[in-house]
Amino acid sequence: MIKILDQPRYVCALGAMQTVQGIYRGVPVLHAGPGCAGKLAAGIAGNNGDSGYISPQIYPCSNVTEKEIIFGGEERLAETIENALRVVDGDIFVVLSGCTAEIVGDDIAKVSSRFANMEKPVVYVETAGFKGNNLEGHEWVINAIIEQYLAKKPVKEKVKGLVNIWGPVPSYDPFWVGNIRELEKLLIEIGLTPNAIFGEYRGIENIDKIPQAEFNLLVSPWVGLKNVKLLEEKFQTPYLHYPTLPIGAFETGKFLRTVGKYAGVDVEVVEAVIERHEKEYYYHIERTSDVFLENRTMSRRFSTVTNATDALAISKFLVNDFGLVPEKQYITDDTPEEYRDSIEKYFTEFEYGIEAKVTFSKDAYRIHEEIRNCDYFGPPLIIGSIFEKKLTKELSGNFLAVSVPIKERLILHSSYVGYHGGLRLLEDIYTYVLKQFN
Amino acid sequence: MGVSFRGRESEARESRLGSVTGYCGTLRGLYAETGCGGPSDRQRCYSQASLCSAACALSILSYITDAAIVHHSPSGCAVTAMQVSNNKDQLAAKLGLDNSKSCYVCTDMNESDTVFGATENLREVVLETYRRYKPNAIFVAASCVSGVIGEDLGSVVEDLKEELDIPIAPIHCEGFKSKIWASGFDAAFHAILNSIVKPPEKKRNIVNVINFFGGARKEITEIFKNLGVEPLFLLSNTNIEQLSRLSESVATVSTCGTLGTYLGNGLQEKYGVPYVRSLQPHGIAGFESWLVELAKALGKEAEAREYLALEKEKYLPKIEEAKKKLTGLRAVIGMGPGFNFNTTRALQELGIEIVYSAAWHFDKQYDDGLAPAAFKYLVDHSPNDYNLSVNDLQNQELVNILKRVKPDIYFSRHVGSTVWAMKLGIPALCVYDEYAIFGYRGLLNFAYSILDIVTNRSFTENLSKRVKLPYTDWWLKQNNSHFLIDGGVTA
Repeated sequence: MIKILDQPRYVCALGAMQTVQGIYRGVPVLHAGPGCAGKLAAGIAGNNGDSGYISPQIYPCSNVTEKEIIFGGEERLAETIENALRVVDGDIFVVLSGCTAEIVGDDIAKVSSRFANMEKPVVYVETAGFKGNNLEGHEWVINAIIEQYLAKKPVKEKVKGLVNIWGPVPSYDPFWVGNIRELEKLLIEIGLTPNAIFGEYRGIENIDKIPQAEFNLLVSPWVGLKNVKLLEEKFQTPYLHYPTLPIGAFETGKFLRTVGKYAGVDVEVVEAVIERHEKEYYYHIERTSDVFLENRTMSRRFSTVTNATDALAISKFLVNDFGLVPEKQYITDDTPEEYRDSIEKYFTEFEYGIEAKVTFSKDAYRIHEEIRNCDYFGPPLIIGSIFEKKLTKELSGNFLAVSVPIKERLILHSSYVGYHGGLRLLEDIYTYVLKQFN
Repeated sequence: MGVSFRGRESEARESRLGSVTGYCGTLRGLYAETGCGGPSDRQRCYSQASLCSAACALSILSYITDAAIVHHSPSGCAVTAMQVSNNKDQLAAKLGLDNSKSCYVCTDMNESDTVFGATENLREVVLETYRRYKPNAIFVAASCVSGVIGEDLGSVVEDLKEELDIPIAPIHCEGFKSKIWASGFDAAFHAILNSIVKPPEKKRNIVNVINFFGGARKEITEIFKNLGVEPLFLLSNTNIEQLSRLSESVATVSTCGTLGTYLGNGLQEKYGVPYVRSLQPHGIAGFESWLVELAKALGKEAEAREYLALEKEKYLPKIEEAKKKLTGLRAVIGMGPGFNFNTTRALQELGIEIVYSAAWHFDKQYDDGLAPAAFKYLVDHSPNDYNLSVNDLQNQELVNILKRVKPDIYFSRHVGSTVWAMKLGIPALCVYDEYAIFGYRGLLNFAYSILDIVTNRSFTENLSKRVKLPYTDWWLKQNNSHFLIDGGVTA
């Protein structure tokens, strides 16, 4: 069968350098071609903050040339790591290999292990582009940190109520910072102590706390499962897998109740938090419902064309909170086969027995053909990436880009998570809707 | 002129032109070394990530409105498709062009492909791409992986030529082949020149303008009316039919010598279309040189001079006024060599002193065997022999230069380069728009952009007070040339 990637919405495993970038004072050290870092960052992060304390333009990189391909690049990598440690003021150095280094057989494990006893931790991950996508790469980076750094540290006692948060993928989720912060806030509100390693000023300090957590909370359909399983094996930390990133009142309430119950939080505490938020949330829904109900161009049926996390989160919100009916959902992040059945099942668990069909595909030409040939019984609402902009226009539908490549939007700390996130998503959808004739 | 434009591929600039990515010295010192095989290309024992040829080659080709790119690579290389998405639609929409035949697909090479090869899938993807988008040309692009495992793109393309009745060309843009990403421009133009451009049938009053995005389309169209010609802006927003007739144009000019050399010289060598050797149209001297030299090629010098005189009268007093406010400012500049030397000249016209210049790479000659005019101009005319390094986009070197030199302003032209000066408290201006200093009017606008930035320093200072540089104290005390090996002088 033909293998074609048309309108790419994910990148290769080396794209996980953004996961290291997401760790404050984490330093990706690339054994890769000269263009990998700049291109991947510009593609994934785009306009939405690919710089920071360090940036892809300053990642130490061996910039593999013909010489390293012919004669091997291990010495080049060694001098790159050695000098990176002298030049860059970081807390953890993660060596990532690219395609060429792995094809020619450079042993990055051997080279990196020479730096095992340096003052700063140096870990390595094989992230050759042909081995997997950036989401798998994200898992490999975290597993490398667990195995090569955390597992070697002295065992510390568990801390009651401390919960590691996993799920949103730095950069690849354009809302990653806001989404993680919102998850943290929700946990704090029900009396737990969140621990997330990504975003501003967390970094190594929070990485060090990972083994002490009472449990790991994974909020994602599949990305991160390998990590929480490894943490369970290494540190006997149990995990709660909550597949849906909670958006809006319905899912967030469910989320808080599930986490609260798992953590043994007093039901009354959880219910009080939910009640307070729902009052505020429905105050806004109530005062705006005329707009929602009376707008003539807003669709009744929708499709998402996006990664598994957003497809699930957004369709749950639109169905269970907002009363829309789903047409087919298209998952474009090259989800590994092993997770596809369980993800399909999540899409059969909407309220009122509503179900959505799911297609996994990296061939967006075919996806667009299917959408064109589907009867939405009115203008469709298409939520995806910028690639759906023209398509939606052609179908006189409504459109919102939420995932990579997103373009035409600047996202700083916004989030679609939680109660405020649900309102934010409605604001964004209706900002487009209101631009159409009504 | 030792360059053949008809070979299998365009070759890396290092071997074709003797271009370098490592040097540390001065402007005139660099010129002194350019004879006899020099300057020698100093290597680095430590580097940060730069950029690759594929990014350059495939992004410029992506903006052709009816061509397809099939990238024989793992998914990550095709990230360029994400980068150009929407941008190309926005650009086409400006001119009301339909670009629905333009696409960028990828063979998504996986581990087994690296073992067994994947040319059969590549073949099918090319055919499927044709069925889907009906492009008027297909570019089949190489990647590091396809190159290392020895995929023979050339013969795949040759076979496909028998099945498809459109031009189809390989793009040899493997990232490891050149440290100079501009080699990617050459790879793209090699394909245009050898697979798209046809021999001329009749001459047309069109001037090829090699540039990036045609930002000064309106102005240049108006200016060229004085010379009785129309501009054709390449490559963005052109179509294959237009490109096939480049040989019929009366001349070629370029807004960037680095970008234009291969196609400009190639069209001259293969089809006799004169490639105008001039400064690029930045600032006063550049604009005049660019237009007069073009006019000479067209036999319209008097018309050009008449136009220039009128324009000059309109803008020069205003430029002089702005210049008073800028004279004496000390600047550092970090750009690719084409824009670097042209911007430097324009800054000197505004009375700004260049105290350090970093060129991302250096071409001692273009494909006509001559030194870049903008570089030679500075060698001859610069009031000072400022320090110059060839930097390969090494930010850690730039930061140490800026820290030591403490300029009033930093001018940059590359992704992610501007902010590092600001973090040091130095106002910085990113000169992305290739027409930001176009002609007299552009120079005037540019002067006021500079004035605004050095006047209102709030953004710079607010940021710099709150951030720490990601470099160790040790590094910040080193000379910027610390990691350059193979001798050489230090500046």
